[in-house]
Amino acid sequence: MNATQSATAHDVVIGLEVHVQLATQSKLFCSCATRFGAPPNTLTCPLCIGMPGTLPVMNRHAFELALQTAVSLDCQIAPFTKWDRKNYYYPDLPKGYQISQYDLPFSHDGHLDTYDPKGNLPVRRVGIIRVHLEEDAGKSMHDEAAGKSDSLIDLNRTGTPLLEIVTEPDMRSPAEAKAFLTELKLLLTYLGVSDCNMQEGSLRVDANINLHVPRNGETIATPIVEVKNMNSFRAVERALEYEAGRQWEEWQATGQKMGDVPKQTRGWDDAANLTRPQRHKEESSDYRYFPDPDLVPVVVSPEEIEVITKSLGELPAALRSRLESEYGLSAYDSDVLVNQGRSLASYFVQVAEACGNGKLASNWIQQDILRLLKERQETIDDFPVSAAALADLLRKVDQGELDTSKGRDVLGGMIDSGQPAEDVMLELGIAAVDESELTALCEQLLVENERIVADVQAGKVQAIGALIGQAKKRNPNVNPGRVREICLQLISKRA
Amino acid sequence: MSLSREAVTKVALLARLELTPEELDSITSQLGQIVDYVQQLSSVDTEGVEPMAHAMEQHNVFRADEVRPSLPREEALANAPRHNDEYYRVPAVLGD
Amino acid sequence: MQLTETSAVDLVEGLQAGRWTAVEVARSFLERISGKDPEIGAFLQVHADAALEQAERIDARRATGKSVGKLAGLPLSLKDVLCTRSQPTTCGSRMLENFQPPFDATSVAKLRDADAVFLGKVNMDEFAMGSSCENSAFQATRNPWNLECIPGGSSGGSAACVAAGMAPISIGSDTGGSVRQPAALCGVTGLKPTYGRISRYGLVAFASSLDQIGPVGTSVRDVALLLEVLAGHDPLDSTSIDAPVPPYSQTVEQPLKNLTLGIAKEHFESGLDGDVESAVREALRVYESLGATIKEVSLPHAPHAVGTYYIIACCECSSNLARYDGVHYGHRTDVSQMLAEGGNSNDDLTPLERMYCRSRAEGFGPEVKRRIMLGTYALSAGYYDAYYLQALKVRRLIRQDFDKAFEEVDLLVGPVMPTAAYKLGEKVEDPLSMYLSDLFTVSANLTGQPAISVPCGFTSGGLPIGLHLQAPPMEEERLLRGAWMFQNATDWHQRRPQ
Repeated sequence: MNATQSATAHDVVIGLEVHVQLATQSKLFCSCATRFGAPPNTLTCPLCIGMPGTLPVMNRHAFELALQTAVSLDCQIAPFTKWDRKNYYYPDLPKGYQISQYDLPFSHDGHLDTYDPKGNLPVRRVGIIRVHLEEDAGKSMHDEAAGKSDSLIDLNRTGTPLLEIVTEPDMRSPAEAKAFLTELKLLLTYLGVSDCNMQEGSLRVDANINLHVPRNGETIATPIVEVKNMNSFRAVERALEYEAGRQWEEWQATGQKMGDVPKQTRGWDDAANLTRPQRHKEESSDYRYFPDPDLVPVVVSPEEIEVITKSLGELPAALRSRLESEYGLSAYDSDVLVNQGRSLASYFVQVAEACGNGKLASNWIQQDILRLLKERQETIDDFPVSAAALADLLRKVDQGELDTSKGRDVLGGMIDSGQPAEDVMLELGIAAVDESELTALCEQLLVENERIVADVQAGKVQAIGALIGQAKKRNPNVNPGRVREICLQLISKRA
Repeated sequence: MSLSREAVTKVALLARLELTPEELDSITSQLGQIVDYVQQLSSVDTEGVEPMAHAMEQHNVFRADEVRPSLPREEALANAPRHNDEYYRVPAVLGD
Repeated sequence: MQLTETSAVDLVEGLQAGRWTAVEVARSFLERISGKDPEIGAFLQVHADAALEQAERIDARRATGKSVGKLAGLPLSLKDVLCTRSQPTTCGSRMLENFQPPFDATSVAKLRDADAVFLGKVNMDEFAMGSSCENSAFQATRNPWNLECIPGGSSGGSAACVAAGMAPISIGSDTGGSVRQPAALCGVTGLKPTYGRISRYGLVAFASSLDQIGPVGTSVRDVALLLEVLAGHDPLDSTSIDAPVPPYSQTVEQPLKNLTLGIAKEHFESGLDGDVESAVREALRVYESLGATIKEVSLPHAPHAVGTYYIIACCECSSNLARYDGVHYGHRTDVSQMLAEGGNSNDDLTPLERMYCRSRAEGFGPEVKRRIMLGTYALSAGYYDAYYLQALKVRRLIRQDFDKAFEEVDLLVGPVMPTAAYKLGEKVEDPLSMYLSDLFTVSANLTGQPAISVPCGFTSGGLPIGLHLQAPPMEEERLLRGAWMFQNATDWHQRRPQ
């Protein structure tokens, strides 16, 4: 982003802390709904309000979703896990402590590989230090009416199940951080464990970033800065680009190394395109964690992990490479399809299997089906043309019975009528032209157009276009591509 | 090992308790006595002993992911020292 | 016989048999409260109208042959630590003076379902922290046997109101002896069941891993009946035990055969008052006369029980009581006045943080503050391992001591308290010596095992003495039967003050 940075060799070192709200119906420790956007303080109960006498009981589904996520991140699942209290005072934390996990998180030591279909970024294996389950806090906002002298507290979000995913500092550029987040979001979407909506706060990212500067054969680490308040993946990338540049300038100006100054927290200001230091909460590090006596530990058996592993289905990375190896798709195409989600990818697989041409299926799905879904504002699950019906149509295209443009017309008819390709073709008067009939027509044309034949034989292959035009006049149903192929074949036989 | 006034002041801040100077004095000396007494635990050999955080050691207690009605907002806010019928109100939380 | 001197079991039987009505019973106790409580100070709230209405409804249902609950018409009082829907639940604290929970504790709901009649809520040490009831923010409660003496605590209101005949039963809570100790000092019977036997949902927490609800009554039969109603698994409490509830009230009067009682030599070693020791030794002779064998066992870690207990209890309470910050409920300081005063010693604090510190300072009394401070200190960075973690390990060693002892004996028996009740104000300035007097009771909370206090005599000054019996976890039936054997052979529990 600036000349000095690119001119001098140093590593940008990034680790991420991602919070993901789990897609449960009810909260982690009580039966209030987790719905987003309800009027303030309408989704709370005595437990959410932290009233004395209330006790938490763990939501089984939340724990299952957490396990699924950890297993799919190749984490080790702890055979014994417990719940700890993290004590601090904040008005959106009614109990005065957050129920979280401290020294025995339910999972640890996993990884996720980044992916760049364009191949511009290296594949980076990002270590996952731990994934743990905790409860979300409520929300506080300034009371504008009171001239910001007051804050208003809404506890609807209190107790929503939250996964904290902490990575190793393995990313070496803001772009890699973004690629990691994109891949993580794709994985979580495939698992269905979260809707990952950053606008609604169901996915939140904080980043730790510093520089590793080589000097005299040693590597010097600069102070780590935690960056918060990034509301999109693009914002993460921009904030980290800014911060990497800022840290480089600071390093050159101060020469401060890690440990010289306390860890700083900075907030990203998207409009101003810069990070600003955030106020330090005093004594913030003394959370006085201890095991929550109101909750009992969880023991997970290898058999349970086995069941979870089997239930996961094919995950994005595996699916992408299968699409490439089994259906001959390019990295780019497989990535586009996989990114559309599990349903569409599986639609593709069914079409490709049934029509026998993966590349053709991929082209049609990317060019036509995705456009139609967008126009019709529906998902593949509601799309009126089944995978088998589309495969049927594509087989005809593949065998030359239909050209692309006619195929599109037929697809349109199939959507409107719900009929199979065969019936729509009849209705539209598109009859398949018999191969022998077509060969006879081509032979006739060659006899009638000796001059064109000579031109082609002399190397002017484009002259064949005139023959195609004549063929279409005589029979509008002929496939121009096929006419071209047959004519060229016949001409080469003559020679 | 008795406690210093400074240490007790720090603990009071962590515990969010405003103490008068007199309270600070008496708590410092009382806490010091109690801490000296509980210090005896360090003499117990606990090598290899698993900590026992619960009186009855159970595990895997869950509830089903089912939604039940929440409190009507009026009832939720009924005990709040200050509210505006929609939100709890507190002195400003410092800027995020 | 006066209704107010009738046991709970007999009251329920009389109600069923139509010998008296629920209204008559409720009225007798309400009259007794009006006459007696001004000098005792057990009740924080008396719900006379509601109790009579409830009693009328029960009588009407019974008169028309409709089904009624197991305790139909039995009046009782609740320690003000149990949440009662839309009624003040103060925990003896300024902090919760105006707090009205929008829900009932599970135990309260069970009693309601059983058609018990609620007379009112009784005094306690603030947030159940204390052994004398002097830590209540509202009033002192006096011992019905000697009005200059403390009734014990923290369930002092419960024990005093039962001893004074103002309620046949009271429901208390026991975190380190808070049911058993006041029961002993007031000459009544108090049970702490196995941890998790009775749901803690709606019990305002002091120390979550130690708290347990328990009934106080005039006899073992009475507390057995109440345990039967209160016990059972509750899906709202993760630590509640999912096990069948034996029919305690039906088995309590079956003596135990070949009973072996254990006495811990550590319990007779030092500081035991002479009258207390002789009363306990006399109780052992009663048991021997009933065919029991007495065996000496060793609890080598017993001297560490108080230290272990106070660390764990205070650590948990420092966190449990963090919720009282004046934001969502409870006391909040006058913020405008606070701001008008300008700076204080903590100038770097925001107004919100100052509001926390001041609200808590105003809302909590000295004992609660001390314990919050001790727990905060013991959990803070650098001290966790030495205090809290070490205490959890010693806790297991204490549990192992008891496991070993219970391999040899059926029940452990000993004193509840090293002394009888002391004078009001005597130990207010000496918290440590007050803590040390809990040495016999705290172990049962650390280990989870059930324990009971039954009257076993009087000091030369005429103050009651309690006998402590403990059983292995889940063995309340054995405990109650063993305790009943003693009451069946003695009349200490039938003595009434004055």
